[in-house]
Amino acid sequence: MPQEHIVKIYDDELANLDRLIAEMGGEVENLLSDAVQSLVQYDAILSAEVIVRDKRIDALEMEIVAQATRLLALRQPMAADLRTIVASLRLVNDLERMGDYAKNISKRVKTLVKTPLLSAQHASVKRMCKLVGEMIRQVLDAYLQRDIKQAVSVIEQDEGVDLLYTSMFRETLTYMMEDPRNISACTHFLFIAKNIERIGDHATNIAEQVYYIVEGKQFEEGHINHDLSADVIRDTGEEA
Amino acid sequence: MTAHEKISPVEIQQETPKITARNVCVSYGNHQVLHDIELDIPRRKVTALIGPSGCGKTTFLRCINRMNDLIPSCRVTGNITLDGANVYDTAVDVEVLRRRIGMVFQKPNPFPKTIYENVAYGIKLHGLSSDKADLDRRVEKSLRRAGLWDEVSNRLETSGTGLSGGQQQRLCIARAIAIEPDVILMDEPCSALDPIATARIEELIHELKEKYTIVIVTHSMQQAARVSDYTAFFHLGDLVEKGETESLFTHPKDERTEAYITGRIG
Ligand SMILES: Nc1ncnc2c1ncn2[C@@H]1O[C@H](COP(=O)(O)OP(=O)(O)OP(=O)(O)O)[C@@H](O)[C@H]1O
Ligand SMILES: [Mg+2]
Repeated sequence: MPQEHIVKIYDDELANLDRLIAEMGGEVENLLSDAVQSLVQYDAILSAEVIVRDKRIDALEMEIVAQATRLLALRQPMAADLRTIVASLRLVNDLERMGDYAKNISKRVKTLVKTPLLSAQHASVKRMCKLVGEMIRQVLDAYLQRDIKQAVSVIEQDEGVDLLYTSMFRETLTYMMEDPRNISACTHFLFIAKNIERIGDHATNIAEQVYYIVEGKQFEEGHINHDLSADVIRDTGEEA
Repeated sequence: MTAHEKISPVEIQQETPKITARNVCVSYGNHQVLHDIELDIPRRKVTALIGPSGCGKTTFLRCINRMNDLIPSCRVTGNITLDGANVYDTAVDVEVLRRRIGMVFQKPNPFPKTIYENVAYGIKLHGLSSDKADLDRRVEKSLRRAGLWDEVSNRLETSGTGLSGGQQQRLCIARAIAIEPDVILMDEPCSALDPIATARIEELIHELKEKYTIVIVTHSMQQAARVSDYTAFFHLGDLVEKGETESLFTHPKDERTEAYITGRIG
């Protein structure tokens, strides 16, 4: 929006909302990368820190909701302003869930010290984390710039994450069938990979909110879920 | 004859707009204040006219019931129809037209008469009542519909000008609906009212649209959003954008509309 509001403080309040969302998004991005770091290095101290830092994300969510509610009540926003505020209320919910998933990853570290992941799985987790971390970075950028192209690109990238998750799921099943002693590590691994994949889904939801802010309508294609792990289980069941 | 005119009368009743404006231009002396206005006003809906002060909302509203005829310097060209008939046709009886199109002004303007007479006057003038009992019934019904009855039923013989501003406005609304018009034009009817009186009038507008076509000028975007089905945005004498209220306020198409409704131009 090129023009400023006649009431200058309204501009400040909207800018503050963006600033808080950027801060919350940055926290989520760091939390995911540190959660995965704590995992692959079996770093109990870092994992404990991640669990604590998730509280900061929850606090930011409350602050943003309060700020957005205030804007609704005091400014009676219209058009793009209204869409921004409505979208902010929805996307903080996504960010908060993303924080929870990152925390869940770190919560497994204590157990994994006893039953470490297979080395191939380390690489997979890191790879997924890199993809999803990039999605988070880009979707925050798309939000702050109101950049619809970048938002759509994030939505498209999620497909890659889903496909990777499905192939990892398939691979994991073969490890478990090869040697039942792998089952414990593999089960943990699947939960972790699923958590990262869910974070990608939420990043996609945020991208759809960016689309809504800019275009004034919902993203039409909708979210196609390419997580086909349910089919993998069925296929395997038929093979067995 | 166009395809539209051939369709059956029942369909015409539901589908055609109550009022149409085409190429409407208005000047005061040689100062043109409205440029080529094109607008359809759907029947039994509320249409809001919004826009910055001086953009021509009142002028447009006054074109519809030919109130501008009363201003010597005012010249109206173009075409306005009510139920398909040209409002500016020389054969039109302006008194009859104004009976069909009632108006409520920004500043309440009750007659310096009793509350009862304020409402009864138009009914008698237009010969709508056969006897006193029927007249009483109509007066009560109008005051009830305007949400004023309970406050004035025990003082009907006192002067209308002795009411509070909000009560006076509701009295003017009662007066307007008493003559059973088809259309009610309201020019900022709530600008002098407190939030409760405003809410009452908004509730009334909501009820009235079952029977009447309503056009309301308002400076409150929130009011336009609350009460209207369609909104037209005027700017510097142009009709910039019109459409369903919900879409105009959530994703306007024109930059000027966006700027105005988000508080970026006044
Ligand atoms: N009787 C008149 N004689 C000359 N010019 C007039 C007259 N009435 C209105 N105008 C001019 O016509 C333009 C449109 O006025 P109008 O009253 O229709 O605006 P409006 O949109 O209703 O404004 P507001 O929101 O302030 O009521 C203004 O420039 C005004 O100065
Ligand atoms: Mg006016």
